[in-house]
Amino acid sequence: MAGKRADTADDTIRLRVPFGEEVARSLRAGQHVTLSGTAYAARDAAHKRIVEAVARRERLPVDFRDQLIYYVGPTPARPGEPIGSAGPTTSTRMDDYMEAMLELGIRATMGKGIRSRKVMELQKRYGAVYFQAIGGAGALLARHIKAAEVVAYEDLGAEALRRLELEGFPAIVAVDAHGGDAFAEGQRRYCRL
Amino acid sequence: MVEHDMREIDVREIGDRIREMAVEVSWNLGTAERECLRRLSEEEESPLGRKILSAIVSNFEIAAAERRPLCQDTGLAVVFLEIGQNVRLVGGSLLDAVNAGVRTAYRDALLRMSVLNDPLLRANTKDNTPAIVHIEIVPGDRVRILFGAKGGGCENMSRSAMLNPSDGKRGVVEFVTRAVQEASANPCPPVVVGVGLGGTFEKAAILAKKALFRPLGKPNSQLHLADLERELLDSINRTGVGPMGMGGTRTAMAVHVEAFPCHIASLPVAVNLDCHSHRHMEAEI
Ligand code: SF4
Repeated sequence: MAGKRADTADDTIRLRVPFGEEVARSLRAGQHVTLSGTAYAARDAAHKRIVEAVARRERLPVDFRDQLIYYVGPTPARPGEPIGSAGPTTSTRMDDYMEAMLELGIRATMGKGIRSRKVMELQKRYGAVYFQAIGGAGALLARHIKAAEVVAYEDLGAEALRRLELEGFPAIVAVDAHGGDAFAEGQRRYCRL
Repeated sequence: MVEHDMREIDVREIGDRIREMAVEVSWNLGTAERECLRRLSEEEESPLGRKILSAIVSNFEIAAAERRPLCQDTGLAVVFLEIGQNVRLVGGSLLDAVNAGVRTAYRDALLRMSVLNDPLLRANTKDNTPAIVHIEIVPGDRVRILFGAKGGGCENMSRSAMLNPSDGKRGVVEFVTRAVQEASANPCPPVVVGVGLGGTFEKAAILAKKALFRPLGKPNSQLHLADLERELLDSINRTGVGPMGMGGTRTAMAVHVEAFPCHIASLPVAVNLDCHSHRHMEAEI
């Protein structure tokens, strides 16, 4: 096959997080990226707390503007290590929180699995992007998390809100800010039913 | 055999085996699973799919070398106990012993506590208990223990239906294929597909779960069911879902079907999905 393929290592885009709307809008579904910088870990229970705090007009524990939220609930860290195994959880469960989180300014989310139509539309409107990390690769992905610190909701254990320091964390642009969907495109290409 | 020939087994021994298996499966993927994933990483036609599969292979190698969990979702403990009817259980409550094994394993091996006390109140029990326990009484004087760590992402994509008998085999193939296709990336494909056919509504679901515990890729001993497994695997791989749902020709690692007699009016079918972190072991006492 002629030309450079999107999946060769040289085509990997090295991204610093957090990033702004312009970077988010420049990404296209199917691109490989590595992420380095600061991100936040939150899943079901932390999202519920954040959204409830907003409804009560309380101050939030962090400023979410331009931040990346990684949907992850890690295993406990061993002594002397920043985090345990830390692969993505299913993003679909956070679909209903997406609009509220985008209102708070988040720019990107990362998890595993498909997103709803509504999330795709919201990402177009707000200029946001969704990455898929490799599901079930918790031991491998933990190597790309250099620091982790609970910043709120400690009582939630694995579900607490954490600040993460990522280094070369590998991911794929799964849903971009233009309606591009790497799941639908990839599956269409190989469907033989 | 007369009654006093009962063999005594201490429930604490059962708990200990469960503790050992819970730790072992969390970091050490089985040999058949490793071989299968390596083979799929060569067979997969999609370059992106191959890349994802090779990351999955590196992940289980790292997990085994460093004895750390393969996946952060270390699961809900699912235990099948086949207890010989000539066994007399001593040493306390069987269920307490099972849960003690799970509790100790999850705490000592730093596994994730993923169990809530109630589906609506949703407070974490903080020790990953209770386990889901299925007990069968069988002939003999042994106890066979099947242990599995079941992730939430794949469990959530499971489906069941009461088909029309007239739907037949075609209806079953369509239903199972659609379940895997609609699950898409969420259950972390390539998946292991457990199918329960027949029985009643609840029997089909338990058969589907138990099918996941069969040695990976070992066909059903009944020829028509082994044929169905092959047909299902082919059909599922034609969906194009591929590794992590990003497109490809390898969506399932294996399909295991278990069947049971059923009512003249029924064709129950249940599909229980497990992810590529297919964590299960068995022991016999
Ligand atoms: S579906 Fe399996 S591999 Fe994927 S995150 Fe859940 S437990 Fe891990």
